[in-house]
Amino acid sequence: MEDVFVIDVNKLTKKFGAFTAVDSISFKVKKGEIFGFIGANGAGKTTAIKMLCGILIPTSGDAVVSGFDVYKQSEKIKKNIGYMSQKFSLYEDLTVRENIKFYAGIYGLKSGVIKEKTEFILDSLRITEAGNRLIKSLPLGWKQKLAFSIASIHNPKIVFLDEPTGGVDPLTRRQFWKMIQSASENGITLFVTTHYMDEAEYCNRISMMVDGRIAALDSPMNLKEKIKADTMQQVFIKIASQRVILN
Amino acid sequence: MKRFIGFVKKEFKHILRDYRTLLILFGMPVVQILLFGFAIKNEIKDSKIAILDRSKDYITEEITNKLLSSGYFLLYENLKSEDYIESEFRKGIVKEVIVFEEDFAKNLFGEGKSGIQIIADASDPNYANMLINYTSSIINDYLNTLHTGHNIQILINPEVKMIYNPEIKSVYMFIPGLMAVILLLVSSLMTSISITREKEFGTMEVLLVSPLKPLQIISGKVIPYVFIAFIDALIIIFMAKYVFAMPIEGSIILLILESVLFITTALTLGILISTISSSQQIAMMSALGGLMLPTILLSGYIFPIENMPYVLQLLSNLIPAKWFVIIVKAIMLKGLGFSYIWFETAVLVITNIVLFVISIARFKIRLE
Amino acid sequence: MTIKYILQKEFLQIFRSKAMIPIIFLMPLFQLLILANAATYEIKNISFCVVDYDYSNNSREFVSKFYATNYFLLSGYYTSVKEAEEELKTNKSRLIIHIPKDFEKDLLLNKNTKVQFLINAENANAAGLIMNYSMSIVQAFNKQIITETVNYNTSNLQSGIYITYSNWFNNLLNYKTYMVPGILVALVTLIGLFLSGMNIVKEKETGTIEQINVSPIKKYQFIIGKLLPFWIIALIELAFGIILGIIIFNVPLIGNPLLIFLVASVYLLLILGIGLFISTITETQQQAMFIAWFIMIIFLLLGGIFTPVENMPDWAQTIDIFNPIAHFSKMIRMIMLKGSGLRDIGESLMLIGLYAIVMLFLATIRYRKKT
Repeated sequence: MEDVFVIDVNKLTKKFGAFTAVDSISFKVKKGEIFGFIGANGAGKTTAIKMLCGILIPTSGDAVVSGFDVYKQSEKIKKNIGYMSQKFSLYEDLTVRENIKFYAGIYGLKSGVIKEKTEFILDSLRITEAGNRLIKSLPLGWKQKLAFSIASIHNPKIVFLDEPTGGVDPLTRRQFWKMIQSASENGITLFVTTHYMDEAEYCNRISMMVDGRIAALDSPMNLKEKIKADTMQQVFIKIASQRVILN
Repeated sequence: MKRFIGFVKKEFKHILRDYRTLLILFGMPVVQILLFGFAIKNEIKDSKIAILDRSKDYITEEITNKLLSSGYFLLYENLKSEDYIESEFRKGIVKEVIVFEEDFAKNLFGEGKSGIQIIADASDPNYANMLINYTSSIINDYLNTLHTGHNIQILINPEVKMIYNPEIKSVYMFIPGLMAVILLLVSSLMTSISITREKEFGTMEVLLVSPLKPLQIISGKVIPYVFIAFIDALIIIFMAKYVFAMPIEGSIILLILESVLFITTALTLGILISTISSSQQIAMMSALGGLMLPTILLSGYIFPIENMPYVLQLLSNLIPAKWFVIIVKAIMLKGLGFSYIWFETAVLVITNIVLFVISIARFKIRLE
Repeated sequence: MTIKYILQKEFLQIFRSKAMIPIIFLMPLFQLLILANAATYEIKNISFCVVDYDYSNNSREFVSKFYATNYFLLSGYYTSVKEAEEELKTNKSRLIIHIPKDFEKDLLLNKNTKVQFLINAENANAAGLIMNYSMSIVQAFNKQIITETVNYNTSNLQSGIYITYSNWFNNLLNYKTYMVPGILVALVTLIGLFLSGMNIVKEKETGTIEQINVSPIKKYQFIIGKLLPFWIIALIELAFGIILGIIIFNVPLIGNPLLIFLVASVYLLLILGIGLFISTITETQQQAMFIAWFIMIIFLLLGGIFTPVENMPDWAQTIDIFNPIAHFSKMIRMIMLKGSGLRDIGESLMLIGLYAIVMLFLATIRYRKKT
């Protein structure tokens, strides 16, 4: 397969006053790739993802997402991406169907398409009978899968997932990663941040963030070989504690 | 205890960090007192009037001059006929029209009487009433100067003494009410919202599973607001005394103690609201609608309670601010001691206890 | 068409909250009922007590003139002013009438006599009214004494200027007709300002705003979708309030009802614009509410709902040019009570229209999808 880069980041930097949250990071993401952003809390993952989604203006550097510039064409980027934030931003006081309808609506889907999509999502998540339940009454795992489905409802080219699996049980996490993998098989690029090291194994490539910089970037296999570690956990601890920069 | 102090410190930090809210918390009493003291007047000044003078002789001119030199009235327009009066009122600028009849001076000295018609725009009845009173007393004064030779006898010479507020300053009546409203706002509204906020965000559960006791959690949340409310009370008392020269005839210590009592009443109200509201919006709207407005209207600080329909008079007894306003006035203006306000104080204490017991009960139910 | 989905969602959220519906719809109407009855400066049933050192026929008659009106209620006689003052201290009376010894004798001898009126002036407004009422009773009594006892040539006294009064638009000086439109203004403003002020902040607090910011939705679509529901709700509420005012309080509606709604629609755009602006500069609902409350208080106090704007000092009247409540309460009263037309209120209407455009513009600029 020919490499098509859908995200191209060059020396992207974000400063908040004197604090540098993201420090000159550069990387490229291929179409259909599952690209992992791994790092401790506060390493700059969320800041980076917000810049790529066009809701945070970078201090310096360049980034092109789906062919559009993050500075000037952020509204065009938004049409081509999906985003699922840490908080699974569904409206707690609306039902499942109402949430789907609302988000599909603001992405400009036609009402016929919205109906189809709604049934499809409920069906594939096997929650048809819960369609009229309020979000706040659902278990966390369901909310999360629903949030992912909603984030990709408009067939985006890239879906950004910011800590999508926080606080859920291992079984649900596995199911969730299956959803991610099948999306990737359909040609969607997935950009995922997480601090669960076992999840890093599911990614095609990962970049490890330490203090706003990319400390390592490679496939999980290659990283483990380079560091001579058995698990991603060990890789991360070594990199983070020794502050080794591998490239 | 150490844990508790740590928790209170955290709550203080939350509040102190939000400088905008803090600015308003302390700026609000200042701005409100200044507005009440300097902007809200119940005295007529520069009211725009129109005159329809059908006679245009020296007497009507003199009366007109008397009216205009009083400082109460400004001549906006001379009307040519009665037909213009209504359209003039509709424009909303002129509030009173004075009509002198034809041959005014001639009639006055010939037949001994002549007529003036005062037409007021009574869409604001209060204002219309004031305008008519001011106008007719100026005209009557003028008439008396005309009649000096006649020696009109006044038999009963009324001597009016305004007790407790000799200069009838309206700011004296606003300040006690303002204290009630602001203390209530800070204590009830702010606490109910800050507690509900924790509920809405689910952080209340985190606190509840911590080793802190529920009572400690609640106290931790309200203590910072007690301080703020207390400082606000001091600001108001200070401004009342030094900006508006309002006397504090009675004991200032008693005044401060009663203020603290009212603050705790307001706090228990706030806690009660937070136990029955599930979201900040609900807490806010019920505090505003259920507390603030009734307090402003039924505490008797602007509108006298005895004029209200009987049902509202009964209802006013349920408003803690009513009792507090009576207490503040008794101490500040009348210089009365505790023996005069023990009843009002007792009402507040009992309200406090009742509200506290209900809140605790409700809080426990929620835990089980 | 995207707006449709936002509208739908907002309405769903408003109507889903069981506690909010009564707060939005019933509370204001309930308050109208209470407020219109409570907000009156008129004072009746003034309790007063008497210290009568004369205790003669004349002095008793004089006192009876007071309780014969329905303004005064006699609470009792006292033998000394000091005792009577207890009544003032304990708020049992608002007025002490102190009649000196020799009251009757002086009257019969055609000499002046001094009666002291001690008025509790804690409430300055009420004190002023009590004084006015008392003075007019004294005057009437004087006249009566002069005609009856002294047999003075009264025709001489009556010569002079006759003043006749007419109170247009409100013959009976019914204060409620004036207050009801004012209270409606306050309530509609409260609902509009607070609900819109807290709305976007709520999405900020729950994080859903981020989800909207990453979508391709246009700013204006989002803002219209957010404002329209409250605009509609507030207008419906105003309509209900006006109907209630007409039915229950006999408030006249002389002008054109459509004009009221034209003015109200423009006014609400302004209020919602201000609310939205508050929403964009705050981070939490608590902050938003507090700022809204602060602004609301200033608008209300200076807005002429309770005290006439005309009496305020010039600086306050200058501030009122920027006070939406001052304009709206003036216009709605003019239309309802006096039948003023578009020509009479045109200037104010244009002013708030312009103001609304500025506020909505500022709010739209301040609301950023990007930071």
